[in-house]
Amino acid sequence: MMKKLFFVLGSAALALAGCGGGGGGETAGNGDKFEIDRNPFPSTYSPYPSTATLLKDATVFDGIGGQIDAGDVLLVDGKISQIAEEIEAPDGATVINASGKWVTPGIIDNHSHLGVYPSPSVSAHGDGNEISAPVTAEVWAEHGIWPQDPGFPRALAGGVTSMQILPGSANLFGGRGVTLKNVPARTVQGMKFPDAPYTLKMACGENPKRVYGYGGGRFPGGAPYSRMGNVAGYRMAWAKAVEYKRKWDKYADEGGDPPARDLELDTLMGVLNGEILVHMHCYRADEMAQIMDLSEEFGYKVTSFHHAVESYKIADKLADYGACSAMWADWWGFKMEAYDGVRENIPMVHKAGACAIVHSDSDIGIQRLNQEASKALADGRRAGIEISNADAWLWLSANPAKSLGVFDQTGSLEAGKDADVVLWSGDPFSVYSQAEKVFVDGALMYDRGNPALTPVMDFELGQPGEGDLK
Amino acid sequence: MIRKILLSAAAAATLTLGAGAQNIAITNAKVWTGTDAGTLENANIYISNGEISGLGVNFAPPSGTELIDAEGNWVTPGIFSPFSRTGIVEVGAEDSTNDTNAAGSPFSVALRAADGFNPAATPVDVTRIEGVTRIAVAPSTGGSMIAGQGFLADTSGDADSISDDRAFVFIDLGEGGAGLAGGSRSAAWAALRGAFADARGYPARFMAHNEGDTLTRADAQAFGRAVRGQQLILISAHRASDLRLVMDLKQENPNLNLAIVGADEGWIVADELAAANIPVIVDPFQNLPASFSQLGATSKNAERLIAAGVPTAFSYLGDNGHQARLVLQSAGNAAANGVGFDDAMAAMTTVPAAIFGVDNSGTIARGSTADLVIWDGDPLEITSAPVAVFIDGEVQSLESRQTKLRDRYLELDESEKPLAYKN
Repeated sequence: MMKKLFFVLGSAALALAGCGGGGGGETAGNGDKFEIDRNPFPSTYSPYPSTATLLKDATVFDGIGGQIDAGDVLLVDGKISQIAEEIEAPDGATVINASGKWVTPGIIDNHSHLGVYPSPSVSAHGDGNEISAPVTAEVWAEHGIWPQDPGFPRALAGGVTSMQILPGSANLFGGRGVTLKNVPARTVQGMKFPDAPYTLKMACGENPKRVYGYGGGRFPGGAPYSRMGNVAGYRMAWAKAVEYKRKWDKYADEGGDPPARDLELDTLMGVLNGEILVHMHCYRADEMAQIMDLSEEFGYKVTSFHHAVESYKIADKLADYGACSAMWADWWGFKMEAYDGVRENIPMVHKAGACAIVHSDSDIGIQRLNQEASKALADGRRAGIEISNADAWLWLSANPAKSLGVFDQTGSLEAGKDADVVLWSGDPFSVYSQAEKVFVDGALMYDRGNPALTPVMDFELGQPGEGDLK
Repeated sequence: MIRKILLSAAAAATLTLGAGAQNIAITNAKVWTGTDAGTLENANIYISNGEISGLGVNFAPPSGTELIDAEGNWVTPGIFSPFSRTGIVEVGAEDSTNDTNAAGSPFSVALRAADGFNPAATPVDVTRIEGVTRIAVAPSTGGSMIAGQGFLADTSGDADSISDDRAFVFIDLGEGGAGLAGGSRSAAWAALRGAFADARGYPARFMAHNEGDTLTRADAQAFGRAVRGQQLILISAHRASDLRLVMDLKQENPNLNLAIVGADEGWIVADELAAANIPVIVDPFQNLPASFSQLGATSKNAERLIAAGVPTAFSYLGDNGHQARLVLQSAGNAAANGVGFDDAMAAMTTVPAAIFGVDNSGTIARGSTADLVIWDGDPLEITSAPVAVFIDGEVQSLESRQTKLRDRYLELDESEKPLAYKN
C-alpha cells in the first residue's frame, strides 16, 4: 500500500521531525519525568444557554427502571434539577404542558459511524476503517469524523443526545472510539463529550480474516487468515502492550530515560491501565467466550460486545463476566456469523441479568432506536419474557451510558445529571410517536417543525430539500 | 417439519395445517378491506376453495364451517412486499448461497431470478411469520445495468409458490447503472436505447450477427414482451432529473408499463409522475442524502407522492434479502410522518398488487385470493404481530428457524443434557 505525506512547506516537515520520539503535546510533569498527554485533542464543548424548563404532567421514564405517570421534570442550569409527581415552577421557568406525552433520558447510541462514514457516502468520505494493517490501535475515530454529516441532526431528531463514534471492524484492533454530545459544531472537539473516557474498537470473526487473509485478491493475503489467526493477533499485540506498560511503570518508579513512544501501544496500555474501555465487535457466542478468557489472560475487561447476535446463547456467561451486549432488534443473515439472529436476543440477554443495549451501527437505525427497543420488547413478551417499558429504557440510555463510562454524567433523569432529555409526542414504544423536543445539557437543540431549531448542515445548504422537514 | 399454530384456544382447536384449502370462517373481525367498503367492524369472512367467498357484518357462513373468532382484532389482506430478494439468498456474504446477481454472466434480461428461488430458504419463513404473504423478487445488478427478470411468489414455502416467474424486468438507471454501463448516465441511456432497438428488431437484426447493440440474442428475445408493454419494467432511480428521463421514456413509448423503485426525490416531480401515471416503490425510512442522487431525500416523500396522486408502494430497501418484513415498520413510520392509515395499508397491499398486475390480491372482498392476516393489534404498530396467516386459504405455520433457535435457548439449562438435544 502506498502512503504519501503532503507538507505544504518543507519547514513543516522539519518542525514535526524535530519533535522526535517525544511527540507533540506532551507535558512535563511529575517532577522531571515525562507524562504522556492523555488528552491532546481536548473537548471544547460547553453547554449552550438554557432557561429553566419544567416539563409538566408527562409519563416519565427515569431511565433506571422507574416510571411516574403524570410527573414533572425540572431542568435548571443544564442539569436535571428534580423529577417528581408535582414540581412548582421556579420564577422565570419555561413551563411545557406535556400531558399525554412522554419524557425520557436522551437516547445514547454506543455504536455509530456517523461522521466517519457520513452522508453522502462518496469514496472521499470513507474514513472509518484504517485497513492498512490488522492492528491499528494508534488511529482515533475522531480524526476521521466530518462534523458536517447530515446524519447528526437526523439522529438528534430521533432523540439521540450522545453517541459513540467507532472505527469500523476491518481490523483486529480498529483504533480508538470517541463519545460525542449530539450538538452541531464546526469541529469535532466542539462535539466531544467532556471527560468521557476513550474507548478501543476491536473485532472478532469474519471481517478481519476476510480483509487481511483474503486481502486484495491475493492468496493468502496475510495474517489473520482464520479465527486462529485472529486470536493469535490479539494475544501478540497484548503481549507487546504488557511489556510496554512494564517499561513505563518502571520509568515512573525509577526514572531514567523515558521509553520510546509507540502510539499503538499507548492505546493498549491505556486499556491495561483501566483508562480506555474495550468495545468489541463479536457476533458468535463461542467467540465471545474465547475473548472473555483472553481478556483475563492479559488483565483487561471487555466493556461491551457489539452486534452480539448470539448473546442469547451465552447470556448467563455474559452476566457472570459483566460485559454488555450492544444489539440490533432483528438484523440477521447478511453473513454467516449473523445467521443465528433471533428477534428476542435483547430481552433474552436482559432476562439473564446481563447488560443489554440497543445500538444502531446505521445512519437510518440511529433515528429510531426507540422503535428497535419496542420491537424487541414486544417479541420478548410474546415469548414469555415480561419486562416493563420503564425497564426497557435501560437499553437506550443507562446501559449505553455505563458502557461508555459516562453514566455519572448522563443516561438517567436523576438530580444533578446533565439535562439530556427527550419530550416524545406519545408513547415512545409506539411507531406513531416522535421526538418532539430534544434537550442537550438543558438547551433546546431540536424542536420538531420549528425551522429555527432544526439544524441544517453546511452540506445541505443550496441543495435540493434544504431546510425541508426530514 | 413440525408445524404449529398459536391462536386463541378456540381457534387453535379448529385449525389444521397442511390440510389443503379449508372452508373457514373468521368471525368478529375488524376488517381492513382495501376496497371502497373501507374498514368493517365485527365482520365475518368466509373462505372456501382458497378464495374469499363471503364477507360482511351480517354474513352468516354455511353451517358446519370451521369458525375462528378474531375477537375483534384487525384482519387485513396479506402484506405484499413489492421489492426484495427474499428466497434468492440465504447468507448475503456467502457467494455460494447468493443468487441475487451474476457479475460473471454474459446475460442480462435473460437472467431469471426465479431460477434461484428456493421456497425452503429460511428468509421465506422469517418473512411470512410477520404477515408478508406475497413477494415481488428482483435480481440485483451484476455485470449489466439490466439485472434480469423478477418474479412473484407467495411465502408459503411450498414447491409451487411462484405465481409468475417473469413478472418484470429490473433495470438500474441511477448511479449504479451508470457505472455498469460504462461510467455515465449517457452510457446507461445509450445502452437502454440500444436494448430497446435490439428487442424490437429481434429476430431480424440477429440474422447476420449473434450480438445486438446492447443485448445478446437470448436477452433480446427475453426483452420482447417488456418493450411491447406486455411486461412491467421496474426502474431504479432517485434523482429528480433521472425520474424525468424515465417519464420522457414513457412519453416517447406510451405503451410501456413502467414503475420506479427508489425515487427518493420523487416528491420534487410528484405532479409529473402522477400525470404520467407511473407508480413508485419508495422506502419511507430514506431521509438522508446518502448519495448525490438523493440530496432531496425526506421522510415526507411518501406523503407528498400520495397527495399528488402517484400510486405509491412501500418497501424496506436496506437488507432486502432478509428484512423484507420491515415493510411493515416502514409503513408505520410513513404513517407517523403524515401518510394516512388507509394509504399506508394500501402501499403494501392494493398498490403493489396493481403495480404487478395481480388481480384479486391485496384486498378482502368476495372473489379475492384468501391471503389474510389476523393481527394482535394495529397492523402498522411495531408491537403488533400476526396470530394467524392464511395463503390461498390455507393456514400457515408461524414457525421459523429463528423461533426454533429462540425456543432452544429460552432457558439455558444444561444440567441434564446439552441444549443440542432440545428441539
